[in-house]
Amino acid sequence: MGKKVFYFEDVREGDEAPPLFVANITRTHIVKYAGASGDFNPIHHDELYAIRGGNDRVFAMGMMTAGFLSHMITDWVGDGQLRKYKVRFARQVWPGDTVTCKGKITRKYTEGGKNYIEADVFAENQRAEKVITGTIVAEVLNKLAV
Amino acid sequence: MPIKDLIGKELPPFDIPIERGKIREFANAIGDDNPIYSDPAYAAREEFGGILAPPTFTATKTFWRKGESVSELTGLDPYFRLHGEEEYEYFRPILAGDVLTCKSKIAEAYERVGKRGGKMTFIVLEFTFYNPKGEKVLISRTTTIHTEGAVKN
Repeated sequence: MGKKVFYFEDVREGDEAPPLFVANITRTHIVKYAGASGDFNPIHHDELYAIRGGNDRVFAMGMMTAGFLSHMITDWVGDGQLRKYKVRFARQVWPGDTVTCKGKITRKYTEGGKNYIEADVFAENQRAEKVITGTIVAEVLNKLAV
Repeated sequence: MPIKDLIGKELPPFDIPIERGKIREFANAIGDDNPIYSDPAYAAREEFGGILAPPTFTATKTFWRKGESVSELTGLDPYFRLHGEEEYEYFRPILAGDVLTCKSKIAEAYERVGKRGGKMTFIVLEFTFYNPKGEKVLISRTTTIHTEGAVKN
C-alpha cells in the first residue's frame, strides 16, 4: 500500500507482480461492495433469488473481484499510473473462495517520450481456475526524470 | 427492432460528484487501505495533491445514471444478464471534490450463438467522463451478455 516507486529501468518483460490474496470471500464482502458500488442485483445478495436462477448460492459481482485485482495493480505500478485496464469475467466467485491476484509484464516500451509497461493480469480461485483475465497499460517513471 | 439498430443510441448525460466519503467506502469494499483514498493530509503531500479515486471507482455511477437500464432499452430479461467485460482508459486523475459529466451511448450490439446453442446478446455501453473544462478524464466500456437461460460454470 501507499507510495510505490516502480522505475522503468528496473523492470523487465516477464517480471511478476507481488501477488495479492483475498482469503475466504464472505457474503459480507459482497454486501459491502453492493453498498459501495450501487450494484443491487439480487443475484449477489438474495440467496433465494440466486437459487431460483439455477445457482447454488449467491455469488460475487465481477466488479468486486476486478476491484481486488486493481488493488494488486496499483500496489504494483503506483497510484495514478494506470492508463488502460481491461478485464474479462471468466467464472463466478463464490462465498468461501480464496482469490489470488497476479500480474506479469509482457512488454516495456517508450512512446511519445513516455515510458510504459503492458502486463497480463488475472485473478484465480483456490482451484487455480481463472475467474478474471485482463491486461493493463501503465505509465512508468524514469529515474532520470525524477 | 433488430438489436443492431441500438448501435449509436445515446443515453441521457448525467453529473457524478466524486465524494471523499464514497471513495473511502469504495476503497474499503475492495480491501485497499492505501491512504491515498482516505487520508487527506497524506494525499495532499502526494503527486496529485488530493484524495484519488481508485481505478474502478466510476462503477458508482449507478447512483447517478439517468434513464433506462440496458435490459429496459433492449427488452431483454435482466434475470439472465451477465457482465462479460469491463474496460477503462484513463486520461486524467480523478480526485475527491471533482464533479464529472458523463455522456454515454450504446457502442456495440450483436448476437452470437453460445456453445450450448442458446442465443447470446452482447451490448457494449461506452461511458465518457469529462471534467468541468470539457477535458476527457476517463472512458469505460461495459459489455453485458443476455442469455436465454442460466449459465453454469
